[in-house]
Amino acid sequence: MALVPAITDVEQLKGHPAVGRLLAWNRAAVADVKFDRDEMTIWIDPAKLREACALLRDDADCAFNFLSDVTCVDWYPAEPRFEVVYHLLSIPKKERVRLKVRLDSASPAVESLTSLWPGANYFEREVFDLFGIRFTGHPYMRRLLMPEDWEGHPLRKDYPVEGYR
Amino acid sequence: MAHLAPTPVLEPGQDRTMILNMGPQHPSTHGVLRVLLEIDGETIVRIMPDIGFLHTGIEKTCEAKFYQQVVPLTDRIDYLCPLTNNLCYALAVEKLLGLEIPPKAQWLRVLLNELTRINSHLVWLGTHAMDIGALTVFLYCFREREEVLNMFEMVSGQRMMTSYFRVGGIALEPPLEFFERVREFAGRFPEKVDEYENLLTGNPIWMMRTKGVARLSAEDAIALGASGPTLRGSGVDIDLRRDMPYSGYENFKFKVPVAQEGDVFARYMCRVRELRESNEIVKQALDGMPEGRIKADAPGVVLPDREKMKTEMEALIYHFKIITEGFAVPAGEVYQAVESPRGEMGYYIVSDGTAKPYRVHMRAACLANLQTLPKMCEGGLIADVVAAIGSIDIVLGEIDR
Repeated sequence: MALVPAITDVEQLKGHPAVGRLLAWNRAAVADVKFDRDEMTIWIDPAKLREACALLRDDADCAFNFLSDVTCVDWYPAEPRFEVVYHLLSIPKKERVRLKVRLDSASPAVESLTSLWPGANYFEREVFDLFGIRFTGHPYMRRLLMPEDWEGHPLRKDYPVEGYR
Repeated sequence: MAHLAPTPVLEPGQDRTMILNMGPQHPSTHGVLRVLLEIDGETIVRIMPDIGFLHTGIEKTCEAKFYQQVVPLTDRIDYLCPLTNNLCYALAVEKLLGLEIPPKAQWLRVLLNELTRINSHLVWLGTHAMDIGALTVFLYCFREREEVLNMFEMVSGQRMMTSYFRVGGIALEPPLEFFERVREFAGRFPEKVDEYENLLTGNPIWMMRTKGVARLSAEDAIALGASGPTLRGSGVDIDLRRDMPYSGYENFKFKVPVAQEGDVFARYMCRVRELRESNEIVKQALDGMPEGRIKADAPGVVLPDREKMKTEMEALIYHFKIITEGFAVPAGEVYQAVESPRGEMGYYIVSDGTAKPYRVHMRAACLANLQTLPKMCEGGLIADVVAAIGSIDIVLGEIDR
């Protein structure tokens, strides 16, 4: 299981059902792709995220019908600073794909997936709580884990591990 | 954690419903879950779980530790199945490193993982039955659980916070009596499950309290992100051990229990059958245990044996280097999921090429499963809320992290 270099060429990865389907739908919405350590990652234009997810969920060849996880990575001080990460699972096809959107630090916001999967609710609230990313269209965008009156977003890289004293 | 504002005072005429607070200090909420219930008489109109009381910021702490120092933190996430968390983390880092794990270590991991599942399901069965009012089962379950914990103590020195699986293999060779003891336990255990089932499965009171209660349809379960027995109890046949095998699960033969009804009883049946299947896997693992090393051949990552460290200079240098400066992991990211007793436990780890993880995220099965609670309870009775909470088998340590 030695490591092999990641493949980032779109042409080579066309064969993957999710990549093929998204490219056929809207070439401009797919920013980047990467196949590394047996896992497929697709970077999507934030404005097109919801449509792309709906497509992957409802397409018979993809059938990514289960939203496993939503999380975020903070690349401070680089810009675009945030990457929101979505892990989709296809229960019929036993296949996974990872979708990512890049967000600037100015006012990070992306469309909520709660209309597609109501289960995104807690995951998105957690990301909002710990990273300060807003999910537009979310029914209840409040803190989930931290107290309501907490200041700052603890999982950001410029937040000290011990907290502010 | 929210809801600092006091309950609004309603105008006359609008006060058909009232808000009832349940928890966070309530014995049937399995830790510190607070549930706000809006009730109309005995009927639930709205139910709002409130979480975060156990939030310790484990994900943030992980970013400040070396890769090998994260292992003890993973125990503390889900304290009923520490070895499952150890396994998931170890597999994720091994995938990042591209490490090959020797067969004996894989089989031992499977063996201990299934014992962990038995341990976790026994705690669930005992407390769930106690919540509903069957007090005896609790004592029976904890009798067997004690034996499993003793076996964990034999191999790792710890009963609960085991930290036994390390990146690249397993911490120590298990003592010889261990296998004898597991074999003896596995031979006896099916009778014990019969005993629990005699107390519950056909019991009219148990059936009245569980059948048709807190129903969840398959579509709702998938849409809400439920996994594990909560999903399989609604008739969706998926088990990551069989469908996306890891750690050598493809070598084992076992059935995946699925029930169609989607009520408390269906989830109960799934877990009780899983107890028997796990016991079968334990037996297969004992019979087919391969010989060989229990650590991968990766000197810069895996700590050398104690003997070698005292006699060989290279081993001593590696030991010193791993302890003081950790080991660098090639840049990249992985998402590794395993089937924990509660559902899909996933670790998403991002490496920037240094000795400390850039980001560790745990996908907690319980967090998603808890979202099914409103679908199960709304329109039902207050007394059934306790049955519903028990049937999704929540562990607040995992939800809040």
